[in-house]
Parts: sequence; structure tokens; C-alpha cells
Amino acid sequence: MTNLEKYNKVFQVILKKEGEELKELRYRGVPEWDSMGHMNLVGELEEKFDIMLDTPDMLAFSSYEKGKEILKKYGVEIEKEDA
Amino acid sequence: MEYEELLKQEPFGVSQKEKEVWFYNYFTELTAYHKEHCPAYAKLLSALQVPEAFSSMSQIPMMPVSAFKDMKLRSVEEEDVFKVITSSGTTGKKVSEIYLDEETAANQQKTLVRIMEEVIGKRRIPMLIADSPEVLQDRNMFSARGAGILGFSIVSSRHQYAFNKDMNLDVKGIEAFLEKYKNGPILVFGFTYMIWKYFYGALKESEKKLSIPNGIMIHGGGWKKLQAQAVSMEDFKKGIQEVSEIKQVYDYYGMAEQTGCIYLECEYGHLHASTYSDILIRNMQDFSVCEIGTEGTIQVLSPMARSYPGHSILTEDQGILLGIDDCPCGKKGKYFKVTGRMQHAEVRGCSDTYEG
Repeated sequence: MTNLEKYNKVFQVILKKEGEELKELRYRGVPEWDSMGHMNLVGELEEKFDIMLDTPDMLAFSSYEKGKEILKKYGVEIEKEDA
Repeated sequence: MEYEELLKQEPFGVSQKEKEVWFYNYFTELTAYHKEHCPAYAKLLSALQVPEAFSSMSQIPMMPVSAFKDMKLRSVEEEDVFKVITSSGTTGKKVSEIYLDEETAANQQKTLVRIMEEVIGKRRIPMLIADSPEVLQDRNMFSARGAGILGFSIVSSRHQYAFNKDMNLDVKGIEAFLEKYKNGPILVFGFTYMIWKYFYGALKESEKKLSIPNGIMIHGGGWKKLQAQAVSMEDFKKGIQEVSEIKQVYDYYGMAEQTGCIYLECEYGHLHASTYSDILIRNMQDFSVCEIGTEGTIQVLSPMARSYPGHSILTEDQGILLGIDDCPCGKKGKYFKVTGRMQHAEVRGCSDTYEG
């Protein structure tokens, strides 16, 4: 599985969103992604990629796209999607 | 300066004088904002003949906390409401409803994180929650207890609930959790009374001891029930250390009506206002501001209340201002203690639920 697939899979499992919906996802943008959803989402990503985010990064994780940038700081490169 | 800018300031490093300059301007603007966006609030201010301009912080109008139980007060459109926080409070069955939009909810979280950095740093640490997982059942209308747990869990990495759904201590679960994370700090969070009754109480009774020497306990919700059992703050700390080896035990004062900007206890047992909120103590005879050392009713001021007109609230709690900028712990700003609830506010039934 590529990192992108792993990344998407976590969003699908935790927030029950997939495909095109993913790119538009923002923290607090959908009922599922509230503070509890956020904890679960980040917790699951941390487990899958074996990393641990600092609190400021946890708060900065404000969207699907932003999350990719943050994971990069922790050495996790999410592949670009094919156009 | 925007609220975001204020959050960049040190949580306990701004002197009262500096803070008040900023607060005065911000609160003047915020009061005008709520008047414009919340018709019920505007009506109330005009009925009370509140002047348009204020010459000091103490003139900013305050809403009695009960107003949030009697009225639906919001300064955003209904479709922008992201979450409603409810609090049962102590004045009977009516429930406060606090309307949060995305921005206010986000600011509450950021504020709590900044204040907690003082105790645990920027690193997220494992958290033992002195509650039952049941408390978070309904995510849309969660209770003050659920809101507290969710709020604090943002500074944590892994979670373990200390009680099962019948409020029995899950010793096995806790011990497995401690075994896994014993080498670093562990946040132990819960409501004061619940910790005393279901954590300390259960351990004491079963003569079981937990070993959490790296534990940092943060507890809130008030001393009322413990005072009734004649348990002092010292008894509490001693008891906790005895059954769990936790040495760092800090109380906090806060309320659902101003979630996020908590008042954290220091090692000298004083509650501190952070850079991001403030208190005034009021004499209820004439609403004048009490001097240091004089007991009165606590007014809480939070600049982050933008989606609802709760930036200045007169609580039903009593307290004493202990000093300003000079606590031996080194924190700037006001420090105080909470001495109790306003007497007439109490209408208690016998249906003692788990509510803190």
C-alpha cells in the first residue's frame, strides 16, 4: 500500500468519507470531524505511520491537504495524486 | 490586536497592567459586536440602560450566568452554529446553552492547549481519564463533563478510561496502560468529586495501590460535595498521593459558559488567571469591585466568546482575589481562590446523578 492509500484509508475508516469528498475535508467542516473525530483521526494516523505529533501540529492539522504537509515534517511523504 | 495575537503571548507572562490595556479595547469592541449581532443581548443592555462607552474594564456589562439558561443567546446565524455546549449547573433543572461556531470552538481549544503547555509542555502525553467512556455517548449535545474530557484530550496521545460503564474502577485496564507508558509523564484528568469517590474511594476500600509517580493530575468541577464531606484540599492531595503516588495535583476552575480559558492552580494552591481571560470579584450589595482579600461574587471575562454574548459573565460562585502579579510561583496576573456558591442559587434534588 502506498502512503497515499494508507492516508486515505484512515480518513475513510474514521470519518466515513471517500473519493472526491476527501480533498474538501476540513476540521469541523463535517459533523464527523469534530474534536473527538480529530483525536481518533490523528491517533490512527500516528499508529499507521508510527509517528507522534506535537500539540501545535495537532491543532494545525486543519484539513485533509494540510495534514499531508504536517506528516511530511515527521518524515512521512504522501505521494501526489495522479491528475 | 486579534485574539490569535493574544494567544502568542505567554500564558502567564503578561502583567495585569499590560493585559488590561488590551482587554479594555477588545472588550469595548466585543460588547458592541454582540449588541449588533444578538438582538436579545442588545435589548437587555438597553433595558438596563448600559452606557455606550466604558471608562474601564469594570464597566463592561456582565451577564448573569442564569441568562444562558433562560434565553437562547447567540451572535451568529443558526446555520453557523457548530456545536452547542450544555451545562446543568446548580440552579435546578434548566440547562445553559452555549452556541459555538467554528472559530470560537477552535479558539477554545487553542486557548486550553496554551494554558496546559505551562504544565506539560508542547508534547502530547498519555492520559488516564477518571470517568466512564459512556460520558461521550451523544456527540452533538454533550455535557460539561464530556466537553471537559474532549477538551483536555487534545493535549494527550493515548487514552484510557479509569472506570467502566458502571463506574467501577477498571484496575486491569489501568495497570496495562501504566505498564505501557510508565517511563514518561501521564496526565490524569477528571472531575474532583468523581476522582475522590470512584478513584480514591475505590482504591482505598480495596486497599489497592497504583504506582503513577510521573502522574500529573488535573481536576476540576468544584469542592462543594467534598466540602460537605469535610475533605479539604490538603486531604485530597494527600489521599491521592497515598493511593497512586501522584505528587503533582492541580485543581482548575472553569465553566461550560467559557470553555477553554481555565484557571489553573499553581504549586502554592492559588488559582491563576491566564493571559487569555480574567476575573473581577464583585460585591453583590452594589456590584462594586472588591479589594484584594475581600470575598465577593466572581465575574469571568473571556475575549474568545464571539459566537455568543458570554464574554463577561457574573457567575454564582464566590471567591477572593489574593493578589496581582506577585504570586511566589512567578506567574503574572491575578490569582484567587474560590470559596463557594451563592447561597440562594442552590436548589438540589435528591436524584444524585454522576454529574460532577
